[in-house]
Amino acid sequence: MKQGTASKIALNLSLLIVVFIILFPVFYIVQTSLKSMADVYSGSFFFTAKTANYEEIFTGSRSNFAELTRNSLIVSSSVALICGVIGSLAAYSLARLSWRRWVAGGVVVWLLFINMMPPIVFVTPYYLWARAAGIYDTPAAVIMAHVVLNMPLAVIMMMNFFAEVPRELEEAAVIDGCAQWQAFRMVILPIVRPGLAAMAVLVFVFSWKEFLFSLSLTTTSAGRTIPVGIANFVQEFNIRYGEMAAGSFVAMIPALVLVLLAQRHIIKGLTVGAIKG
Amino acid sequence: MAHLTMKSKNDWRSRLFGAGSFKLWALLPLLVVLVIFTLLPILQLVQMSVSELEFVDGELVSEFVGLGQLDNLAKDPIAGIALKNTLVFVVAVVIIETVTGFCLAVAISRTKTLAVLYRSVVIIPLLIPPVAIGTMWSLMYDYNYGLFTTILIEMGVQYPPLWTADPDLALISVIIVDVWHWTSFMFLIMLAGIESIPPPLLEAARVDGATELRAIRHVILPMMAPTILVAMLLRTILAFKVFDQIFVLTSGGPGTATQVISMHIYKVFSEQFRLGYAAFLSLMVAAFMFIFVAFYLWASRVVRRRLG
Repeated sequence: MKQGTASKIALNLSLLIVVFIILFPVFYIVQTSLKSMADVYSGSFFFTAKTANYEEIFTGSRSNFAELTRNSLIVSSSVALICGVIGSLAAYSLARLSWRRWVAGGVVVWLLFINMMPPIVFVTPYYLWARAAGIYDTPAAVIMAHVVLNMPLAVIMMMNFFAEVPRELEEAAVIDGCAQWQAFRMVILPIVRPGLAAMAVLVFVFSWKEFLFSLSLTTTSAGRTIPVGIANFVQEFNIRYGEMAAGSFVAMIPALVLVLLAQRHIIKGLTVGAIKG
Repeated sequence: MAHLTMKSKNDWRSRLFGAGSFKLWALLPLLVVLVIFTLLPILQLVQMSVSELEFVDGELVSEFVGLGQLDNLAKDPIAGIALKNTLVFVVAVVIIETVTGFCLAVAISRTKTLAVLYRSVVIIPLLIPPVAIGTMWSLMYDYNYGLFTTILIEMGVQYPPLWTADPDLALISVIIVDVWHWTSFMFLIMLAGIESIPPPLLEAARVDGATELRAIRHVILPMMAPTILVAMLLRTILAFKVFDQIFVLTSGGPGTATQVISMHIYKVFSEQFRLGYAAFLSLMVAAFMFIFVAFYLWASRVVRRRLG
């Protein structure tokens, strides 16, 4: 493939513009989060950076980001753990343990349905259940909803990883006298560990950014997560730009860390449900 | 006969506890989750949508109303507006994001040195919380101190647009944010499609003296058509979910300018507190999406078969 230098430069220039369009809002929010109210009002580009907004949201009286962050961490890591265990067991069984076609196919189709259904559909039943079970306004209610939402991603992503493991390996293990679950635990699981890690991290991030259920199943900071806290800022203190920006930036941190680790596995997980090209 | 029963009993036992039982036990937790948390809620939606539900002193009181929720739907002008807004939103974002995603995929597939940078940056919008995306953009849209207003005033525009506060511009503002957010998703699918085109095909076209545009038009586009179609269907389904950014940016307003289906059901549920009617609307959305997703799965299977 031969390309003229000029067209190469034009191509990269236009892509750098795209990079700028994507990164600029993130930069803008970091900038705003470091501004005092006076700097926001003056709209000037140059200002002295201050961390006052971050101190305010974590320790101030108007907000409770410390609690929200704790809830978000509890929810996202529990969801990643539960989805990791249930998802990889089920995915291995479906991908490798010779279920009849309609069983495996049926479960996968049902998972895709769940993945594509607007989540609002499940809000009213889950709300009633959470109240009936006495877990309304606790992280447990949010965990329940997030596990269901992320299960399709967990299972389908893991099924792809298991399908890539050579069959000879587990056959050899079974011949060596391993029970099936030992073969799974000792031989197969270590091989797919990078995939499992990618899945768990992605589930963590998806749970971290989920908003609708965290909003509907909680009412105080006892159960609320960071996205709900940010939305409250926007609705209640509509003019506290700096604090809104600081909260939003805190909410973005896991995603930005993940992009630094970005790899093939994660990109695959982002388009679950698409046919393979 | 007795023999048969015994055999099936043994069979049943060995399936549960025998050497091959791991298969079942490994799948069981998922099946339990799916039955309890996805099948039951849908059945409960059916039950709820033929009732009026109310909390009296913290106790849930349910009254059977049969098809009474249909009357409520007929008396609800906002439902129709929400449906119309959702359709406009979905059609607009799918078309725009398909075009931008395709162009981005073609461009990035031809880079080498900076490819890693481009690919990592492009997935950022898919990973950050939509609520944070909404906040970012509402800060930029802000009429008093926002970035766009500041720039436009610098440029000498006397009355810069109100963006999300202008009923005529609000839906467009929301669509712009969605394009920023979801173009990357179309890009990822399209890039996978482009990378699966055998390189000799493209090289042959270029050796034959085809210009870049012609190579795209006569080689890439026809080869990509099935992928593009499936990506559009999938994005259509996902776009119906839209909620978070609209909640932050406009809450469905001004008036009903950006009221979409999920937003409307949420308001019926949380502001009007009509659980039965919310369940009825949810059930209708679920039924509609079932049909749509079934169509998508059928279409993508046909496409996959045709690809070989």
